[in-house]
Amino acid sequence: MEEKKYYTISVYTENNVGLVNRISTIFLKRHVNLLSMTASESEIEDVYRFTILVKMTEEKVKKIVGQIEKQIEVIKAYYHTDEETISQETALYKVKSELLFDEPQIQNIIKKSGASIVTVNKKFFVISKTGRRIETEALHSALKPFGLLQFTRSGRIAVTKEAMMISDVLKDFDEE
Amino acid sequence: MSKNKERITGAEAVIRCLLAEGVDLLYGYPGGAIMPVYDELYKYQDKLTHILARHEQGAIHAAQGYARTSGRVGVAMATSGPGATNLVTGIADAQIDSTPLVCITGQVASHLLGSDAFQETDIVGISTPVTKWNIQITKAEDIPTMMAKAFYIARSGRPGPVLVDITKDAQFAEFDFSYEPCKGVRSYKAIPATDPQSLKDAAALINDAEKPMIVWGQGVILGEAEAEFKAFVEKSGIPAAWTILGVSALETAHDLNVGMVGMHGNYGPNKLTNECDLLIAIGMRFDDRVTGNLETYAKQAKVIHFEIDPAEVNKNVMCEVAVMGSVKTTLADLLPLIKEKTYASWLAEFKAFDKIEQEKVIQEELYPSKDGLSMGEVIRNVNEVTGGDAVIVTDVGQHQMMAIRYAEFVKSKSNVTSGGLGTMGFALPAAMGAKQGAPDRQVVAVIGDGGYQMTIQELGTIFQYNIGVKVLVLNNEFLGMVRQWQELFFDNRYASTEMVNPNFVKIAEGYNIPANSVSKREDLADAVKTMLETPGPYFLEVRVEKENNVFPMIPTGASVSDIRLS
Repeated sequence: MEEKKYYTISVYTENNVGLVNRISTIFLKRHVNLLSMTASESEIEDVYRFTILVKMTEEKVKKIVGQIEKQIEVIKAYYHTDEETISQETALYKVKSELLFDEPQIQNIIKKSGASIVTVNKKFFVISKTGRRIETEALHSALKPFGLLQFTRSGRIAVTKEAMMISDVLKDFDEE
Repeated sequence: MSKNKERITGAEAVIRCLLAEGVDLLYGYPGGAIMPVYDELYKYQDKLTHILARHEQGAIHAAQGYARTSGRVGVAMATSGPGATNLVTGIADAQIDSTPLVCITGQVASHLLGSDAFQETDIVGISTPVTKWNIQITKAEDIPTMMAKAFYIARSGRPGPVLVDITKDAQFAEFDFSYEPCKGVRSYKAIPATDPQSLKDAAALINDAEKPMIVWGQGVILGEAEAEFKAFVEKSGIPAAWTILGVSALETAHDLNVGMVGMHGNYGPNKLTNECDLLIAIGMRFDDRVTGNLETYAKQAKVIHFEIDPAEVNKNVMCEVAVMGSVKTTLADLLPLIKEKTYASWLAEFKAFDKIEQEKVIQEELYPSKDGLSMGEVIRNVNEVTGGDAVIVTDVGQHQMMAIRYAEFVKSKSNVTSGGLGTMGFALPAAMGAKQGAPDRQVVAVIGDGGYQMTIQELGTIFQYNIGVKVLVLNNEFLGMVRQWQELFFDNRYASTEMVNPNFVKIAEGYNIPANSVSKREDLADAVKTMLETPGPYFLEVRVEKENNVFPMIPTGASVSDIRLS
């Protein structure tokens, strides 16, 4: 059995209201849980980009990417391993303000983690940490013993080390 | 962009778009949210014929049958809510069998979207996994471009169903209409480019092969590549087998046509799939009903895959060479690169297996020694009258396998069946569409007593429009294929498979359709002949042996070479 790995799937698409559904249904049909999915503009005007994180075998991710690419309004889809991407996630941690004074080591934890304080008021303060999963997780484990009022983490966003040449793909379509 | 703009409603625009796409026939069922379009249909009835089905499922299966025999895009129309959801089975069927369809559904007015309004359903959401493309239109001015795109996507590349959902306010709104056919969609490559090297690699493998075998599928028919395919088969001299949807692309009697692969396919091509040294797959997708257990499927062979859909390559079976593109072009380009060859001793291996199958299965099926009628002999009687020149439409189950195994075909687009989805209830409505798509041809719907009763209401449509289909029900008073599996794999526990059936002749006669029922061998030939020779629609029930089985058979999960003859 081939080893399961983390893969970042990058999908370049037209802007279409039903596409999130169309893409996610491909995973649903195969009983695959998405670890995260984000959508944003891309480097090209009017072209959108989904970044999807999954854990599966390469054989499976390859087939899924084929099915995604087959969708009419998908321009191109790629998959990459962690080694081939520069990826980041952002986590927000909401903590009781009194802890800052009662538990002095919290200040050290924050300093060492390189996290930034987004807001502070009398009741709570919010820390934001952007980095790789391992870093946001480390801060989570460090803060958890003190009690987290809220925690949330964004989906992964990633760029690849190699170029993806979407402009060339588009040019190719236009020449037909 | 456009020259002559006219101010018309969205509803009229829908009709004008259909006419611009060359549509002259569509199937549907009216209802609240699609009424403005129906009102326009009324005005355009001299140019556009609407067939009122008795259920939206009937309408869409008819559109599928029409598309399959005519090679054109089938059009089905329904209202919102239940009208739309009743189309879904047909849409899923068309998606898996690559049938070009444009489905038009009405939708509640845009200000009501998401409010759980009367007959509101999220048909775009529901149909997403089973459409090639779908769109909801909320503004009249979007109708022409979206309709044009819908037709382009449905018919181009690997065809498929498209759904256009139009809100009622968009149907009522007026706008300046003009129509431009769609010539391309930026993010969609209908036909992938062919790498010339892949053709050379394919030719080298073909020229060097000692025991090559072709398996072709519906891609040959959808690509209208029958002539190119035949030229390739004849020049290469390679034995060619077909998937269920590929049948009729090459005539049954052709020397190199070695029969059907798959679960109830022929003995030789299944056995020899695991003996060949080169497997040439043409316009087929290695469905599990074709391959059996993939771990033991053609492992000894190199594989060449001629395919239009990149997502099908290396999906189920890994290939040495993938030749991308439309088979009409790739096979034509391949032809000069291959040597003219014959494979007498290899072909003899197929014939040897044929002989075994003939003795152990076919002889008894076509000429039974028992009193009870067999399905195979009914099909043989049809062949004897038509000479193979008929469109055979089937439903799903034992009769389907028997019809496809034993029907003879002399020309392409002569079989309409629900292959991938296996939709019971498909045949009767699909046959109506098949007949209207090929009005000069004899169309015979072969249906089991189970599937017949799933869409039996379409007799009303056949009656109303006098559609000349011959309805041949093979009645064994069982859901026969499920019963067969219960016998073989569930220790004869016939759970909910026995049927108490009504008087089918009376039902047909209720619709003014001439009808007959036979149960004796001596009456069969005349009954079949009368059915085929009576002008217009005809219903014939043949009461067949209750507990016959379809063989050969590859049990689920078994290897193709473990095909059973009993």
